[in-house]
Amino acid sequence: MNSVPKISIRGLKKHFGPKKVLDGLDLDVAVGESVVVIGGSGTGKSVLLKCILGLLEADDGSIKIDGQEVVGMSVNEREKVNRKFGMLFQSAALFDSLSVWENVAFGLIQGQKMPRKQAKEIAVQNLAQVGLTREVGELSPAELSGGMRKRVGLARAIATTPEIIFFDEPTTGLDPIMSDVIDKLIVKCVKELGATGVSITHDMKSARQIAHRIAMLHQGKIIWQGPVAEIDRDPNPYVDQFVHGRAEGPIQMQVRK
Amino acid sequence: MINPLAAIGRIFLHFLGVVGRIAMFTGVSVSHCFRPPWFPSLIGRQMLDIGYYSLPVVGLTALFTGMVLALQSYTGFARFSAEGAVATVVVLSVTRELGPVIAGLMVAGRIGASMAAEIGTMRVTEQIDALTTLSTNPFKYLVAPRLIAGLTMLPLLVVVADIIGVFGGYIVGVYKLGFNPAAYLKRTFDYLEFMDVFSGLVKAGAFGFLISLMGCYHGYNSEGGAQGVGRATTNAVVSASILILIFNYAITEIFFATR
Repeated sequence: MNSVPKISIRGLKKHFGPKKVLDGLDLDVAVGESVVVIGGSGTGKSVLLKCILGLLEADDGSIKIDGQEVVGMSVNEREKVNRKFGMLFQSAALFDSLSVWENVAFGLIQGQKMPRKQAKEIAVQNLAQVGLTREVGELSPAELSGGMRKRVGLARAIATTPEIIFFDEPTTGLDPIMSDVIDKLIVKCVKELGATGVSITHDMKSARQIAHRIAMLHQGKIIWQGPVAEIDRDPNPYVDQFVHGRAEGPIQMQVRK
Repeated sequence: MINPLAAIGRIFLHFLGVVGRIAMFTGVSVSHCFRPPWFPSLIGRQMLDIGYYSLPVVGLTALFTGMVLALQSYTGFARFSAEGAVATVVVLSVTRELGPVIAGLMVAGRIGASMAAEIGTMRVTEQIDALTTLSTNPFKYLVAPRLIAGLTMLPLLVVVADIIGVFGGYIVGVYKLGFNPAAYLKRTFDYLEFMDVFSGLVKAGAFGFLISLMGCYHGYNSEGGAQGVGRATTNAVVSASILILIFNYAITEIFFATR
């Protein structure tokens, strides 16, 4: 394994008003590793991803991508670092003003200045990788079902051959079969690209399929992390409660945000 | 006794905060207007939307404004036998004042609302975040084309509105009030100066910029789902309309000094 982690987070803090969402979070992700961050709704999983992506500015702490500090980086440099990233959004976040293939090719055409024709060929290949035909590429995102939108979102995330891919609740809102399809596609795509993956989810079945390693986020900190196999034997009461989905336990559901 | 004062202070601080945020948003947006890459196809699409598709609405309002202006000023001037001034009053009012303001307000309703709704929806469905992750700056891709299109297309719209407005006055003057057509036209152009039209076009450019800016600002900062987008749309139209009227006075004041 490479000595410099792909992503290295130390003491990350982020608050919104009086609410501390991330409170000194530490996490390392090695090159080629797939880490799944689990945690209840509203525990700051999305905020963590957005801080790494630079969509939100961290209050304090350090985030290093390939050993390069990105907290407090200038906008221009940030854009360069962001080329390493791909992201599958929870709601897929497809651009509804563009056709499906233009969505997939967006990063190639706008980010890498590739000619449209060439980009379209790559987009069609990416669509094929997620099991969609060339004809689907001509549709508008509004005509797609939820599962298809997720697939297109995945095709768009991998189109620019990113080094790091983020998955924001990839299976939320899908039926069990489609969830399984998406999970398998994620594993396949990450493997083929040799990319590093960071996913956030509260779907344990999905987490077990995607992850090499699982980290649990609770009250702004990573309270447990370890290989997938260990999650069922670990005596940590927090993890145990979450994995088995019990209402009773040390984790109290916060009603207010 | 402290509470009312505290409330005033809070409102004032909130107001300053908003002004600061808008100023920063404007600064970033404008700087992106001048730095490559530009998106000609996006600018073109916005220009078409603002300039071409607003023509019917703006043309129709300008026509009736010119017509009613002729009718009203005739009523007034007839009381001291100055009916001859109708043509001059119509052309000066339309070019200096009503053309830009009416076109501005109509476009604010049409375009400001649609910009806020579109960008607001993109915000709440994470499409703006998606732009960033695809190495595309949302200011460059979404805001700059709209600002450029607003700034350039509104003066063109106002040229059309001016012509149609004066034409509306002509129709009423000639066919209803019985002016001689040639005399009416001569009166129209004899007293018209370059500055009259020019000041109107400067206003139009400023209004176009403000409409796009408010549409983008409120859309970009919308939050909280469908309700938030609705709020952003309302705020965009209301704030653009108010700013148009304020800037209308300010620009008039500046040109008034130079006549």
